[in-house]
Amino acid sequence: MNTLAVHTAYTVPVGMMAALQITLLVLVAVGATAVVLIRAPVRQVLMLSIYGVLLAVLFLAFQAPDVTLSELTIGAVLLPVVILLTLAKVRKPEQ
Amino acid sequence: MTPPQRRWIFLVAGAGLVAFYLWGLSGLPGFGNYPGPYGFVILRVAVAQTNATGVVSAINFDYRGFDTVGEEFILFVAATGVATVLRRLRGERERPAVDEAADRDVPATSSAVRMVALLFTGPVVLAGWWLASHAQTNPSGGFQGGVMLATAFVLIYLSGEFLMVKRFNPADLTDVVEAVGAGGFVAIGLAAVAMGLPYLKNFLPLGQVPGAVSSSGTIALISFFVGIEVAAAFILIVGELLEQTLLIRHGGS
Repeated sequence: MNTLAVHTAYTVPVGMMAALQITLLVLVAVGATAVVLIRAPVRQVLMLSIYGVLLAVLFLAFQAPDVTLSELTIGAVLLPVVILLTLAKVRKPEQ
Repeated sequence: MTPPQRRWIFLVAGAGLVAFYLWGLSGLPGFGNYPGPYGFVILRVAVAQTNATGVVSAINFDYRGFDTVGEEFILFVAATGVATVLRRLRGERERPAVDEAADRDVPATSSAVRMVALLFTGPVVLAGWWLASHAQTNPSGGFQGGVMLATAFVLIYLSGEFLMVKRFNPADLTDVVEAVGAGGFVAIGLAAVAMGLPYLKNFLPLGQVPGAVSSSGTIALISFFVGIEVAAAFILIVGELLEQTLLIRHGGS
């Protein structure tokens, strides 16, 4: 497998980088499956947030720090907040 | 349509999808192999041409700046749409932001949540501002910084009262900031046109040192405008949703 390792002052051994990337890919796949399988909406949102963090770390390991920041702020924080607020609006019984 | 028929249609369609998917995958370049010349060309010339060491920002706000104007207005229109859809309708009334349930106590914000939210608000504002103003030097940019600034607003809500949030979020102000952010981006592009240059051409001095905060001409300026536009847009969206959840009820008693 050809990794994207670039040789800089901070070079990580290629094998180590590949191991990290494969681990993160597996974790992201597990996380995505968990988001789909969890049926309780609030728990699903929490899992979605964790999945966002996993995806952000994955992007970092693939040397895309810009995308990491976007995913972290949108996927892990704001999207769950927006969904939680919507759930709160929908679930609250009217008086 | 009977269930067996439906199942057959699904199986045929599913098999077709899988076949197309595998066919598409087999044509992809190998993992980590980049075939095109465009990226290599940009990597070679970008720092010298723009004095921005954050090459992704140089692409977003300069080489492909026109695309980013479009994306900017997607968010602008989305925020406008949310504000329009979530306006107070006839037959809905606003009520004070207090819990009126008679059979239980108002759940107090736990001091742990309050503490964490208070601790993080300052650093989050700082980090967001830093990201929005350092697009030209680091992996960062107006979008990421703006979203982070908006999360500070969520933290203020978590740390205390909705009324505090209302004080921090005068809707008129966020509207104006959002408009200035979106308009500023377009205006920078038009300023280049007024000088007889192509739209969004980087017309400001690029600075002497690549990677300095003052370098990169319009790239830094556009990132700043994107930052305040994105922050205002997300504060507007979350604020509208908070208002829906906490204040607005159906009419009647």
